[in-house]
Amino acid sequence: MIAERYINAVVLLGLLVVPSYALMVDEPFTITLATRAVVLALAAVGLNIALGTGGLVSLGHAVFFGLGGYAMGILAFHAQTYAPLSLGIFEIGGTKSMPIIWLVAIVVSALAALAIGLLSLRTSGVYFIMITLAFGQMFYYFAISWSAYGGEDGLSIYLRNDFPGLNTLQPMPFFGLCLALLCLALILHWRLLLSPFGLALNAARQAPQRVETVGLNPMRLRLVAFVISGAVTGLAGALFADLNRFVSPTMFSWQLSGELIVLIIIGGVGRLFGPVLGAILFVVLEHWLGAVTDFWHVWLGVILLLIVLFARGGLLGLLTGKEGPHV
Amino acid sequence: MSDAVLSTKNLVKTFGALKAIDDVSVDLRPGEIHAIIGPNGAGKSTLIAQIAGALRPDAGSVWMGDRDVTRLDTSARARLGLGRTFQISALAMEDTVLENVLLGALGHSGKPWRLFRKVHADAELRARAMAALERVQLADATHTRTSALSHGLRRQLEVAVALTLNPRAFVMDEPMAGLGAEGSKVMTGFLDGLRQEAPILLIEHDMDAVFALADRISVLVYGQVIASGTVDDIRRSAEVRRAYLGEDA
Ligand SMILES: Nc1ncnc2c1ncn2[C@@H]1O[C@H](COP(=O)(O)OP(=O)(O)O)[C@@H](O)[C@H]1O
Ligand SMILES: [Mg+2]
Repeated sequence: MIAERYINAVVLLGLLVVPSYALMVDEPFTITLATRAVVLALAAVGLNIALGTGGLVSLGHAVFFGLGGYAMGILAFHAQTYAPLSLGIFEIGGTKSMPIIWLVAIVVSALAALAIGLLSLRTSGVYFIMITLAFGQMFYYFAISWSAYGGEDGLSIYLRNDFPGLNTLQPMPFFGLCLALLCLALILHWRLLLSPFGLALNAARQAPQRVETVGLNPMRLRLVAFVISGAVTGLAGALFADLNRFVSPTMFSWQLSGELIVLIIIGGVGRLFGPVLGAILFVVLEHWLGAVTDFWHVWLGVILLLIVLFARGGLLGLLTGKEGPHV
Repeated sequence: MSDAVLSTKNLVKTFGALKAIDDVSVDLRPGEIHAIIGPNGAGKSTLIAQIAGALRPDAGSVWMGDRDVTRLDTSARARLGLGRTFQISALAMEDTVLENVLLGALGHSGKPWRLFRKVHADAELRARAMAALERVQLADATHTRTSALSHGLRRQLEVAVALTLNPRAFVMDEPMAGLGAEGSKVMTGFLDGLRQEAPILLIEHDMDAVFALADRISVLVYGQVIASGTVDDIRRSAEVRRAYLGEDA
């Protein structure tokens, strides 16, 4: 059995080597695929904080992914049309600056997570799943009807946004940015796990009565975890939009929420690199199997089924020989 | 009693047609062990749950000192100094023994919001956690996964977590359950000394332990306190024999 940190190191190394090789042999599409995997991984790392560590099975994380996406889409749209963005009493210009867009994406999705969390965290189990799903559907249908920003057709952004000192139009620098943000999110989750907050959140998942009995409030712990989780997934949404230079209501779809859960389960719930491994596998399957058959989702389903039945710890559990779903 | 650390006044709890707790007033005074005994299904755990704040009473009130805590939730009561142990161990099974007591120490510190400190590197939390483990002889198992502990050791860990809180009153639901003769004896000795720190409301099935430890005993049958008094009073009470002790003997 292999120690988890070696697997993590290999995964990270692979994420550096494969795109670098693709750059050398001039295969930009491979870099784009790797970027897609990294961005989905980032979204799932966000969800993993709520789902894996907090035990909150959110079927509405596409809300944050979509909000991040639309934060990018709307700001860049106003920048490319030179039309100011009216916020009631005052107007602001759009922007093509990634750091500003990221900040907006993070703040907007954190606020949404706060509101949704306050309303849904009173429930648990299947009710929590259903309420988060319902919020997802609300945002989805709202985006469809929001004709100012493309409605069902979505919004196209002509040029990828800017980052100071980098040529983001080329695939490799943009990939590097995404990978750096993924690493930051992984460090964030890792530090959280080691922190007093992480200890309490972890315990609140396993034995909520115990946490209350020592004078802590499990609801508040979960709410903070949910906000952090939503913010990370929102950031991923902004990157995803920049990767495709396109946002549409599908970013809010419940299928996307479901896929995020699926790739966490495949990789290993609650494990730091579970979402990363799951996202890589997901993109590889989507690309290779998708080229061979239109029914590649069926094979994804088969893999998911096998993992749920025989490897509760996901791929990482299988490789490390540690069944337990957590680090 | 005005000097009671913990008391209930006319508590009532019904589950459908069942009156699980029917007008129960008990109190806990400094330095004592007050045992609540009664047959299975008498309502002992239901009483504890209401005292701890996990169950809302239908009527009546719960007091800590002269403060009415009936409307406070479990965590608020814990912060006021209520240390509870569960009949069925409620521990973070995937975590280590140390992490479970660290959680208690964290609750005591009231500072769970430090997101980027390492909890294991916090000397104060660690000292409090280790001290509690040593007191219940669990220091050897510090880094054991809780799920790997024997049932008896889990009972000890339950008590250790309560100790980290330095509570003003303990409420313990069958701490000896499943401990075996030897374990029961050790736990009895431990609780005997503990009452000096904070009084204990003790729910216990093990009659030897109850008679050895209790300063006062209340007998709960069908949700009602049918007798209350010293160990000798209860031993002598014909009603108690009929209703409860007789059945068990
Ligand atoms: N949540 C509940 N819903 C319905 N009935 C309950 C519930 N909890 C306890 N009871 C019933 O209340 C009675 C008292 O239970 P309990 O307090 O657990 O007894 P004890 O701890 O004295 O054995 C029992 O008849 C039990 O079945
Ligand atoms: Mg009971």
